[in-house]
Amino acid sequence: MADSARRPRLPAWLRRLLSSPTGLYGIAIVVILLAVGLLSLLWTPYDPAAADPYHRFQPPSAEHWLGTDTSGRDILSRLIVGARTTVIVAFLSAVVAAVVGTLFAVLGSLTHRLVREGITVIIDVLIAFPTVLMAMMLAAVFGGSTAVVIAAVGITYGVIMGRVARSELRRVAGSDYILAARASGVGPGRILLRHLLPNVAPIFIVQLSLAAGLATLAEAALSYLGYGAPPGVPSWGRMLSETQQYIAVQPLSVLWPGLVILFTVLGFNLLGDALRDATDPRLKGAARVRGTKRKVAA
Amino acid sequence: MTLQVEDLSIGFGDRTVVDGVSFEVADGQRVGIIGESGSGKSLTALAVLGLLPEDARLSGSIRFNDRELIGLADWRMANVRGRQIGIVFQEPRTALNPIRTIGRQLVEPLLIHRLIERRQAKATAIELAAAVRLPDPERIVRLYPHQVSGGQRQRVGIAIALACGPGLLIADEPTTALDVTIQAEIIALFDRLIRERGSSLVFITHDLAVLSQVSSDVIVMASGRIVERGTVRGLLDAPQHPVTAGLVQASVATSWEGRP
Repeated sequence: MADSARRPRLPAWLRRLLSSPTGLYGIAIVVILLAVGLLSLLWTPYDPAAADPYHRFQPPSAEHWLGTDTSGRDILSRLIVGARTTVIVAFLSAVVAAVVGTLFAVLGSLTHRLVREGITVIIDVLIAFPTVLMAMMLAAVFGGSTAVVIAAVGITYGVIMGRVARSELRRVAGSDYILAARASGVGPGRILLRHLLPNVAPIFIVQLSLAAGLATLAEAALSYLGYGAPPGVPSWGRMLSETQQYIAVQPLSVLWPGLVILFTVLGFNLLGDALRDATDPRLKGAARVRGTKRKVAA
Repeated sequence: MTLQVEDLSIGFGDRTVVDGVSFEVADGQRVGIIGESGSGKSLTALAVLGLLPEDARLSGSIRFNDRELIGLADWRMANVRGRQIGIVFQEPRTALNPIRTIGRQLVEPLLIHRLIERRQAKATAIELAAAVRLPDPERIVRLYPHQVSGGQRQRVGIAIALACGPGLLIADEPTTALDVTIQAEIIALFDRLIRERGSSLVFITHDLAVLSQVSSDVIVMASGRIVERGTVRGLLDAPQHPVTAGLVQASVATSWEGRP
């Protein structure tokens, strides 16, 4: 319906996102992260695993742009390969969080009263678990791996998102237009998919972007503690933990992974903030009405 | 007989909000239900559509075309809603989904009840918009609800309610939230569409002046009961119940102020 007229134009929220500096920086950082992650599959300056005992703790130079680490491995190459882990963890965590969050939100708001109250209790219990504790419990059972990090971050943030989305879903479910849709004969499934979820999706998208940022941080923290990526898998958090004891010998080797973690988290958070500004329903109405008026005047 | 409501009672907890309401609407008949807010008239309308909150207690009988609606499975009831009974709500500002275009919402009942194909949707939406006299139908079907006026939104609501050509239309205070000038246009629209389609009408309002323009048969409700029935003329001349007298007085007063 009416697609032909709208298709060439970007959706309003995307246009607003691209017109805000915060959104642009956020998108830029996330796109660079993705590009570097893809690049790592094709090319790195050096073999990231190749140790060179004769060139340990090299300062940045023409051959090794960011220097070498404790075993003489090229830091830039390891950062590039580490981006892959970060990208995978950030995005899969967001996906798991979205699934868990939607499930909790829907079961906790639209079902029979008894199910609803049961879900509320489960959410309240799960929300008390810090991500790191959850990861340690999972790691104790399954062994440390990237999957454990994804599961821990996905579940803990999924529960938080579920709680936020549940109250929002209840609010929308009680609104006049949902009653009106039901009065038109729309069944429960279509009400959920076409009317309820699209109305809470903006909140979800924002939360997911923030969850991706937190996942990056959690992955680094958990790998640093030894619950995350196993030794073979390159990870920024693991790089931190390997180099930190030599901080006095070669401070820069610790600085680099710290910096990329900082910028990645910053990127996801900026994107999340900009998405919230661009999709906030209260701002949406105002901005769109303004847009319409301008069009009428022109 | 289109609609037969017999001894309908609705309660929440230990409170009874609709108490033993009975009335009938014949084929093509227009019946007005008038009462103050809280008199149970809107709940009666929702009960007919099976849309009461899940914690509501319901007893009595609602027969539509000789079929009992109370106790009907929700999916069967969903086939009745929109297709055979349409409803227009009071508040046009909130009765439309803010994130779907007007066109999509106009054709939704037709798509749900499989009365049109998806590829006919756009053309049908424009037809429906034109039928309720929305200006520039080709453009308006692409807009979102907040981009049009309250009166236009109520026209959209009416078009949705009548899209499938239901045998019964329930209008729950459809003009209360609108300006007086827009009210008159909407009433005229109702009158024409109902006449064209031959639907029965249940018109709920608290304004006797508005009701007198749509329907002659009136039921007066107060505190969940029917306290008086008759014609608009009869009620105006000789109201029997104090609530009716109050409503008559209110409408006379507004006629003096609003329509000299």
